[in-house]
Amino acid sequence: MQPLADIHRCFRCGYCKFTASSPSINCPPYLKYRFESYSSGGRLWLIRAWLSGELSWSQRLAEILYSCSLCRNCVEQCPFKFREELMDMVVAARREAIERGLAPSKVKEFLENLYKYGNPWGLAREKRGAWAEGVKRYEHGDEYLLHVGCVASYEECAQRMAKSLAKLLEAAKLPFGVLGELEICDGNEAYMMGEEGLFELLAENNIKMFRELGVEKVVALSPHAYNAFKNLYPKLSGSINVIHYTQLLDQLIAEGSLKPGRLEVKVTYHDPCFLGRHNGIYEEPRRVLESIPGLKLVEMERCREDALCCGGGGGNFYIDLLGGGPNSPARVRVREALATGAEVIAVACPVCLIMLEDALKAEELEGRLEVKDVSEILLESLKAGAT
Amino acid sequence: MKDRIYKALVEIVGEEYVSANPEELYIYSYDPGVAGPRRPDYVVLPKTTEEVQRIVKLAYEEGIPVVPMGAGLTLTGLTVPLKGGIVVDLRRMDQILEVNERARYAIIEAGVTHGQLKAYLERHHPRLKHSLPDAPPSATVAGNALIHGQGRLSQQYGFTSDMINGLEVVLPNGEVCRLGSCAVSPYWFSRAPLPDLVGLFVGWLGTTGIVTKLSIKLYPRKKFRDVEVFVTEDPELVPEVVYRVTYTEMVEDVDIWAQPYPPIYAGLQHTSIYLTGDSDEELEFKRRMVWDALKDIIDRREGGFMMLTPDMKATLLATPQPSVARIADVKKGGGFSYVGAIIPVDRFPEAYRRGIKISERHGIGTYSFMARVVGRGHALMFAWSYPFNRADPDSVERARRALDETDELALELGGIPWKPGVYGQRLIMERMDSTALRLLREVKRLLDPKGIMNPGNWEVS
Repeated sequence: MQPLADIHRCFRCGYCKFTASSPSINCPPYLKYRFESYSSGGRLWLIRAWLSGELSWSQRLAEILYSCSLCRNCVEQCPFKFREELMDMVVAARREAIERGLAPSKVKEFLENLYKYGNPWGLAREKRGAWAEGVKRYEHGDEYLLHVGCVASYEECAQRMAKSLAKLLEAAKLPFGVLGELEICDGNEAYMMGEEGLFELLAENNIKMFRELGVEKVVALSPHAYNAFKNLYPKLSGSINVIHYTQLLDQLIAEGSLKPGRLEVKVTYHDPCFLGRHNGIYEEPRRVLESIPGLKLVEMERCREDALCCGGGGGNFYIDLLGGGPNSPARVRVREALATGAEVIAVACPVCLIMLEDALKAEELEGRLEVKDVSEILLESLKAGAT
Repeated sequence: MKDRIYKALVEIVGEEYVSANPEELYIYSYDPGVAGPRRPDYVVLPKTTEEVQRIVKLAYEEGIPVVPMGAGLTLTGLTVPLKGGIVVDLRRMDQILEVNERARYAIIEAGVTHGQLKAYLERHHPRLKHSLPDAPPSATVAGNALIHGQGRLSQQYGFTSDMINGLEVVLPNGEVCRLGSCAVSPYWFSRAPLPDLVGLFVGWLGTTGIVTKLSIKLYPRKKFRDVEVFVTEDPELVPEVVYRVTYTEMVEDVDIWAQPYPPIYAGLQHTSIYLTGDSDEELEFKRRMVWDALKDIIDRREGGFMMLTPDMKATLLATPQPSVARIADVKKGGGFSYVGAIIPVDRFPEAYRRGIKISERHGIGTYSFMARVVGRGHALMFAWSYPFNRADPDSVERARRALDETDELALELGGIPWKPGVYGQRLIMERMDSTALRLLREVKRLLDPKGIMNPGNWEVS
């Protein structure tokens, strides 16, 4: 409850809604809903009112609480010293809601599926590795374990990422393997949704399995998994040597293990929140893209620390409180990408990939703009170089 | 009736932009100051002037209060619905409609924020800027202008309200009109030479209509900006410092500030003097002129320029200054409010001394005073800021009492509380010329015969 002890310190000044450099709203729920109650400050005031008994729990309050995608824009912009606690306050309130049995039905569904089936959609555990046909399973002694995560394991369009990355690592002759059916969810979203018990269960299972298999280095495909392994697991005495795949590709290109070929394409890069604002990784994905001869990288109006979230974080890719309508963050982001004149939005996160692809369809921009992950683009360039 | 009004509002703006939910009614019943709670019955977010018009027509027909709201950051409760009704949050009206580079103005919708306009001009019109207050960037430009706000260009060009070229307003009966040059011309470039009807909506605190569009003057943005801080420990000297510095006509902005923490600042009055120029030579020349103007004071050792570390400079040069909002966390309590009053410059010493006494009397502790020079010393906006702990009702109550006493002090000094809350408004009206007061009442009655606009404010008993 410690973060909640400070919740009254939010003045609701509103710095958190914007960035210093852009004229546009950068808080995803506020962008979509526009009521003060959906802003970061409004949410904190409502949490406080709920916990003090001034306000009763309701479906609306649940939606306000869970519509936050935990993108950290508020943390980045808040002028106060307690800003690092802002997200913890939201997570702590969600924990309280879970403990009191008040979570909204979609959140319950997500968590129950995760508990029972190991993934948010309730799909069969044995299908988790279906994408990885032909990809080597991890064996003791492999230098890297490639952790793919739920979204890239099950979502068809995100499986492209996993497949491309596996091919790149094979091309670089890197000793690695995947766990396939044995892979366990990293638990980042369970934690962010307030289900600490489930997160601990998943984390302990992962830690145990990694130890048993002798895993020394993990490559995380998803920034969400990267965040969990890097920042959340150490709290459970599970220190994991983790690297995001864009960092690894950057290294492999720098040491000459991967040689990008020419690709004439104009690309804009979308910073995933759990890679950028959460973990400060901004340059490596850009370096990978810029290493491709012929590729022109252009920036969107909002990038790096000021990037607009796709709206999928904190489980929102499933519970979908930020989707729908022209002001959904993903649709706004896609329009922003279009304004750069780019042909491709490059992503480094499977959640961003599925959110932006859906938004592209909703905006009827297919044929004018594509969403591709950094590894897909790099693999294309390698293929182009080989022909 | 509630259900009928709700349905009518949904008809106007769509279901997603109307709320009668307890969550929105709760949030909109407060502002971040000590005011509230006063619950609205509905909160509505219009996108267009036509929608505002239909909302106001509905409220007029039904006799329901209407409270226009920008960012709701006055801290004096001006957008807290004193008599319930419909809070009209204007922030979906967020389009910058036109920037006329040569005539240096921007036409904006009522919900455009200062941060938005600043970022837009920096990107698209780098030779222009507007007068930015030290309110958070989420504050709206129109809201600030319509309450006679001040900003970083007030020393040179006056109150933000002086920078209004014209506006579009929805009258309390739902009619829309344009005032200023835009009433007769496609150009929103001037209030002169017409009868100044714009004044009917400035300083009236939303009691005469809802402004939906506004033309605001823009000014040259110089390439370089720097700051010097002149320090004295004699408040009597401050009016003289202001008089001399403004006489040079070399400076963009002049602010005086005083606070007891960190302890090295205690008992000192700091005058921040902002210089701008297009070259180092221009900046240096202006700096020399300012130094020369204060030379004999320095020679007498009655004051001097402070050595500024890079960090201090960065803090002082930030626009807006986040340090202003940070006053709210001084007590780790998430709250501060202030009485900003427009006072004559020569009342600074007494405002300063008596402010400290009020602060001590109410156990405020860490007060913060800031005074912005408006015009070439034509006035000061003196802000007595008192932090409080939102989680401690006693602390909130002490701040409230200090604020009320400071409203009284401002008037006693010959000043006038700016954007006054209900208590301040009452004190002002008690002292107002009786004919002026009658005129105020008559104008209000003429424009808003049913008294639906932000009722409870400027209410003449």
